[in-house]
Amino acid sequence: MASMNNIRTRIKLEDTEILHTTSTNFPGNYSGYDDRLNLDEFRQNLQVQITSLDDTTSEFDLIGIDAAIANAFRRILIAELPSMAIEKVHVTENSSVLPDDVLAHRLGLIPLRADPTLFIDKVAADTKEREDDTLIFKLKVACKKNPKAPTDGDDPKKLYINSNVYTEHMEWIPIGNQITKFKPEDIGPVFPDILIVKLRPGQEVDLKLVCHKGIGRDHAKFSPVCTGSYRLMPEIILKKPIYDEDAEHLQKCFTPGVIELEQDNDGHRRAVVSKPRLDMCSREALRYPAFKDSVELNKIRDHFIFSIESVGALRPDQLFIDSIKLLMSKCDRLLQEIDGNINN
Amino acid sequence: MQSNDYIKLQVCPVDDGTNTKTTVGASNLSFIIRDEDHTLGNSLRYVIMKNPAVDFCGYTIPHPSESKINFRIQSKTSEDSTAVPALDIFRQGLMDLKQICSIVLEKYEDSVKTFKDMETN
Repeated sequence: MASMNNIRTRIKLEDTEILHTTSTNFPGNYSGYDDRLNLDEFRQNLQVQITSLDDTTSEFDLIGIDAAIANAFRRILIAELPSMAIEKVHVTENSSVLPDDVLAHRLGLIPLRADPTLFIDKVAADTKEREDDTLIFKLKVACKKNPKAPTDGDDPKKLYINSNVYTEHMEWIPIGNQITKFKPEDIGPVFPDILIVKLRPGQEVDLKLVCHKGIGRDHAKFSPVCTGSYRLMPEIILKKPIYDEDAEHLQKCFTPGVIELEQDNDGHRRAVVSKPRLDMCSREALRYPAFKDSVELNKIRDHFIFSIESVGALRPDQLFIDSIKLLMSKCDRLLQEIDGNINN
Repeated sequence: MQSNDYIKLQVCPVDDGTNTKTTVGASNLSFIIRDEDHTLGNSLRYVIMKNPAVDFCGYTIPHPSESKINFRIQSKTSEDSTAVPALDIFRQGLMDLKQICSIVLEKYEDSVKTFKDMETN
């Protein structure tokens, strides 16, 4: 029987089931625990440890928070933070092998470098392209035979000019004050070498790409993150010492690096838990009767290892900050409404 | 995105015992929050359940194609048969959730700053 504290703070991995998955630390559930919300205590216990952070990816630990809140941040990252994406494609000419709709869908998924905070949401009924809600690109590429091509080769890139249409062919057309507001390097596709479509001599695409601001809940192309995810910190407890061949066997049950072998004074190799963070929680060890009683696998309920991969428009730290602010603004909005509507 | 006059929150009034429908002072209330999902629903439920004056708090998404949640709060009746109004609990929950966010924000920004300082040195 797991102790009360274990039930409250650990998620237990058994060979065929996972125990104590839901948070139960609410007032009235446990005698001897004060589970009321205490913001000072929360502030003391909360830890943020950043393991890596660069322009596109970040990993950090958020310790001392409940899954309900951590999950809200994750959900906001994926589905509610705005970004710019190609929403409409005006096709003047498309003689490529891709049908218009497939081509338009491909274009929509291209990550754009444009700060969404500098744009406003498009009003659905407003069809005019305005400087503060729309970005326009032109994509006009025609494929021709290369007159200087070697006669013996069969590489399309040498035989033809513009056989591949890449994102670098997209040309930004500033509207209104955009020409002074943005520098050419502020606006454009995040990567210049995304293949959009292949052409052959005589084929041509002539498109106008209209970009709007949107959120991932509406369409995944608006999501500012490739992945925004978390996992819980694994905890591995060796209840009995494990030596030599058994230790080697145990080591193989886990992700490399999790279990190390240590030479003890009697010349035996003993298994020790070295880096539980690396474990992918396969629970392989629990399949063997020899380890069933000597190994305990847990996850720490309030230790979240967050990983954010931005598509490139905004930095991951900025995205996480925005997600926290968005949850706060949701609360603000409702607070305003109850105080406005209190008498109805 | 909606304009500012769009109403997100609807409080379902209950009979106060004198045949008048009201939301003020009621100990049990249902709320309809439009354009919200588990993101706000579950985090708010967690914070409100941390309140010792709450007997029950839960939410549901009645239908996946409708973007709204039904949120229910029932407060505890104490020995002298008084109860904290559910609307106050709701308001307190929102304020607590906001506070939690601001603490996370503060700590995260500190950590980012320390990390960036460490990298430049």
